[in-house]
Amino acid sequence: MNTISAPGTDAPSAEVSDYPMPRATGCPFDPPPALYMRQAQAPVSRVRLWDGSTPWLATRYEDMRTLLADPRISSDSTRPHYPHQGPGPKERRTQSRAFIAMDDPEHARLRRMATAAFSIKHVEALRPTIQKIVDGLIDTMLAGPRPVDLVQAFALPVPSLVICELLGVPYADHDFFQSNSKTLINRDTTREQARAATQRLIDYLDGTIGDKLAHPADDLLSTLAERVRAGELSRHEAADTGMLLLIAGHETTANMIALGTLALLQHPDQLAQLRESGDPQLVASAVEELLRYLTIVHSGRRRVALEDIEIGGQTIRANDIGNRDPADFPDPDRLDIGRNARHHVAFGFGVHQCLGQPLARVEPQVVYSTLYRRIPTLQLPVDLDGIPFRHDALVYGVYELPITW
Amino acid sequence: MKVIVDQNKCVASGQCVLSAPEVFDQREEDGIVVLLTETPPEHLADDVRQATALCPARVIWVEEQEQKE
Repeated sequence: MNTISAPGTDAPSAEVSDYPMPRATGCPFDPPPALYMRQAQAPVSRVRLWDGSTPWLATRYEDMRTLLADPRISSDSTRPHYPHQGPGPKERRTQSRAFIAMDDPEHARLRRMATAAFSIKHVEALRPTIQKIVDGLIDTMLAGPRPVDLVQAFALPVPSLVICELLGVPYADHDFFQSNSKTLINRDTTREQARAATQRLIDYLDGTIGDKLAHPADDLLSTLAERVRAGELSRHEAADTGMLLLIAGHETTANMIALGTLALLQHPDQLAQLRESGDPQLVASAVEELLRYLTIVHSGRRRVALEDIEIGGQTIRANDIGNRDPADFPDPDRLDIGRNARHHVAFGFGVHQCLGQPLARVEPQVVYSTLYRRIPTLQLPVDLDGIPFRHDALVYGVYELPITW
Repeated sequence: MKVIVDQNKCVASGQCVLSAPEVFDQREEDGIVVLLTETPPEHLADDVRQATALCPARVIWVEEQEQKE
């Protein structure tokens, strides 16, 4: 590994601390204090990861956008200095890369086979289906006992039902794929656990692709199966893509719903505004702002520099504290659902920016415009410090959210 | 203003359609950008500039009128 000079920043004097850093007690919505300090004082500086490696960490909004759009940085998880998130995530990315961990032209070839289903038009056409799912789950909650765990009763089922419909995966199998996903997105998962969970999911998706080959339907996995039949896609690539979309399709939005609800309950004025305004524009703006404010993909984007870039780095991580950069978001630690936050980097930036973002917008739009209106007295029966936050997960959020009304 | 897009490098994020649906659309088969008008009317200029700024693959360019020869 080269010693890397960093013109403009005095990198060697910045302390190399362990990454990720802990959030401050009592501030579950704010990034770790150590990251604010870096953003202000050493915006591109080294950190130490679980395996002892010391990649660069970029913390400013503009630096992140510049780096993530730079063709000289690679997303290829098989490269030697790729900054993996832990032994489990490393094992998963070795066994099943999918296009998220590839570079062009392979990345573009595979991504384009999945993009049609996530176009703005297609996702808008799903809105009535999503509304029906949301209303049905609220009916069930209202008819049941309270308090209830919002995560299990609502936040997880909404995106899970939607992605199952879109992919053509039977929702009846949700316990199976949800528990394996949970293993894979935990930072502390061991290699063995990750290998077994990845294999189970690949086998499952491969079986489903097989079913679609025999009995094509109007869903995304059938589209991929058709590509397999045409010889444009290998069966393994199809299963990898299916697995990526299945995991990404429910873990993320589930946390936007549960953590977003908790954040709004902590900001009653914002919640009241959202509940009382029937304006779809304000709802859309609230979703962008919560995407920025919560930044649930909280442990950053990982890349490898293929050649020296400005800062001369070799391995680079861009952390999403960029969404709290005061240079781009005035008063960045304030939740303000009326602000224009559309330029946030919660979906990343560059060619790997979230493929499912239209769906990841419409789902919370439907939820935020429905849940608080239908349950206007929604409240927490416990204190904030009684809530289990997902500090150890690659996607931040809450493991449970008891609610009552 | 004149708008230019590069379909080859588009990643189908949909950001442009959300910003300026009167100017941008997506191909049915793969969500890749389709330019509906090369010279959008002035009242859409800000929306188009937002699309340019938000495009993650940086495949939308705008030639402002002042730069015309």
